[in-house]
Amino acid sequence: MQDFFDLTLGGISAGAVYAALGLALVIIYRATRVVNFAQPALALISTYFAYSVTKATGSYWLGFAVAVVAGTVLGVVTERLLIRPLRHRSELSSIIVTLGLLLVLQAVAGMIWSNEPLAFPYAFDFRGRFSANDLFVVLVVVAIAALVLVVFKYTPLGLRMRAAAFAPEVARTLGVRVGLMLTAGWGLAAAVGSLAGLLATPPFLFPNVLDGVFVYALTAAVLGGLDNPLGTIAGGFVLGVGLSYVSGYFGPEMVTIAALAILVIVLTLRPSGLFGRAKVRRV
Amino acid sequence: MSVRTELPETRVETPKRRRTPPPLLVHALAALGALAVIVLLTLVTDEFTNLRIATIGYYLIAVAGLTLLTGLTGQVSLGHGAFMFIGAYTVALLVRRVPTFPLWADLLLASAAGGLAGLLAGAAAARLRGPYLAGATLALAVGLPALTRKFPDFLGGSNGLSFTVHSRRAGAGVPELRWQTWIVWLSVLLALVLVVNIVRGRLGRNFRAVRDDEVAAALSGIAVGRTKILAFLVSAVCGGLAGGLQAFLLGTAAPGSFTPALSLSLLAAVVLGGLGSLWGALWGAVALVYFQAWSEDLADALHLNTDVANNLPLAVYGVILIVVVLAFPRGIQGGFHRLGVLLRRSAKQKENHEKH
Repeated sequence: MQDFFDLTLGGISAGAVYAALGLALVIIYRATRVVNFAQPALALISTYFAYSVTKATGSYWLGFAVAVVAGTVLGVVTERLLIRPLRHRSELSSIIVTLGLLLVLQAVAGMIWSNEPLAFPYAFDFRGRFSANDLFVVLVVVAIAALVLVVFKYTPLGLRMRAAAFAPEVARTLGVRVGLMLTAGWGLAAAVGSLAGLLATPPFLFPNVLDGVFVYALTAAVLGGLDNPLGTIAGGFVLGVGLSYVSGYFGPEMVTIAALAILVIVLTLRPSGLFGRAKVRRV
Repeated sequence: MSVRTELPETRVETPKRRRTPPPLLVHALAALGALAVIVLLTLVTDEFTNLRIATIGYYLIAVAGLTLLTGLTGQVSLGHGAFMFIGAYTVALLVRRVPTFPLWADLLLASAAGGLAGLLAGAAAARLRGPYLAGATLALAVGLPALTRKFPDFLGGSNGLSFTVHSRRAGAGVPELRWQTWIVWLSVLLALVLVVNIVRGRLGRNFRAVRDDEVAAALSGIAVGRTKILAFLVSAVCGGLAGGLQAFLLGTAAPGSFTPALSLSLLAAVVLGGLGSLWGALWGAVALVYFQAWSEDLADALHLNTDVANNLPLAVYGVILIVVVLAFPRGIQGGFHRLGVLLRRSAKQKENHEKH
C-alpha cells in the first residue's frame, strides 16, 4: 500500500512534465496544424544553455531565465525559417522538416557539449517522498497551464491567435496579422517546452535525454485530442501516474511499450483522442 | 508533394503487336544482371569496400520497404528501425539456440517475425493518420530496444547477442566477407523482385489510390484499412529481412544499433532518394552508407574531435531532410527524371533541326 502511495506521488510529478511538453505540442498544433517533432530538441538546446550559464555564473535561476528566453527565440526562428515556407504543402512535409531539425539540433548539442551525460541540478531539494522539487514542478506546470488558458480565452492576443488558427482568411480581412500570430504561437509553445525540459532533465543532461519524455508528452497530447490544452494537462497527469505504476510493478523498461499500448488502445477506440471531437469529413 | 508540371509525352503506339514478356520474368532477369554486377564489383574491390557494398544491400531493402509504406501509401513510419531490430534478434536467437537451421531458414523467419510485428503495427496504424501515426511509430522505435534490458538473460541486455555464422562451405576459395556480400545481395534482390512486382501491380495501384484520396479509394471499392495493413506488412517484412542480414553480416545484434536515430536516418534516405520511387531507395541507401564514410574521412582529415565526428552523420541527415523538403521535394530520383526529360527534349529539337 505504501508502494502504491509512493508510486502515485512520483507519477504526479512525472506527469506534470509530460503535461507541460504536451501543452507545447498542442499550442503549435492549434495554431499551425503542425506537430512539432523538434520540440524536444528546442527544449534540449535551451536546457544546455541553462547548463552553461549556471556553470559560468553559479546561479541556477539565471540559467533558468536564459533558457526560457533562448527557447522562445528558437521557436520563433524555427517558425519563420522552416515552417512558414511549408504553409501550403502536405502534412508530411512539415513532419519531415521538424524531424530534420530534431536530428540537427541533437547532433549540434552533441558536438558542442559532447554525448556524455553532464550533471544538471534540480531546482530544489529532491529527496523524500514528495520533495520540495516535486512540489515545485507540479506548481510551475499548473501555473503555466492556467496562464496559457487565460491568455487564449480572455485576452485580445488569445482571441487573435485563435482566429488566426481557425479562420486565417477571415481573420486577415478583420485586420489580424495572421503570420505574426502563428509566430507568437511557436514562441509561446517553445517557452513552455523549455520549461518542461528544465524540469524533466535532472539529474543528467545528454542529447537524447528528452526522447522518452517526448514520447510520453506526445501520448498525453494525443490522449487529450491534440487540440485541447485542458485535455492534454489531464492526459499528462493520468499518463504519469499510470506509467509510474507500470514502472513500479513491471519494471522501468516496460514504460515506453506501455505508453505505446495506451496510445494504440485509446486511438483505436476513439481516433481523435479521449477529449477530442471527431471531425466530419466531407467527400 | 509537388505537382508535376510537365505533361506526359504523347507517343504514337505502333500497330505492330509485340508480345511483352511477363513482368516477373523481366524483373528476375534484371535482378540476375544486378547480381552479376555486384559480384564483379566485389571481385575488383578490397575487403573494406565489400563490407560497404553489403551494407548498402541491407539498407536498400529496408529503405525500399519504407518507400513503399511512406512514399506509396502515405503512411509515415518513424519506427522502421524496430522491424530491423526484430529481424536481427530473430537471426541472433536462431543461430544461438537452433544452430542446425540453415541460414536461408533463419532469414526467412527473420522476415516473417518482422512481418508479424508489421501486421500488428499495421492493424493499429490503419486507424491513425499523419502525426498520430508518426507518434505511435516513434514510440515503437524508442520502446522496443528497451526490452533487451527487461530480459537480459534471453536478449543479452545492452551488450546484445554475438554469434558466428558459417555460411560458406568448407574449401570454397572465396574470402568470407565477399561470400557474405553475395548472400546479402542475393537475398535483397530476391526480395526486391517481389516488392517491384507488388508496386507495379494491382496492389501498388491500390496503395497510391489510398495515399491520394482515401474517400475516393473507398468509393471505388478498395478496402482502405486492409490496403494500409498490407503496406505495413510488406514494408515490415523488408525491415525484418534487412535486420536479419545486418545481424548475419556483423555477427551481433545489440540494442545500440537500433536507436530512433536509425529509424529517422532511414526516413532521411527515403526522402533524399525521392519519395515514392524504388530507384530512389537505391540512391538513399548508397547515401546512408557513404555519408557515414565521408563524415569519418572528413573528421580524420580535419582532425575534428570525437564529439563532432560522432555527431556529423546525424547532422548531415537532418540537414538533408530539411533541404530536400524545402528545395528539392522530388529527391535525387526526381532530379534524374528531370534530367532525362530535358535530354530527350533537346535530342528531339536537334532531330527537328536537322530535318528542316
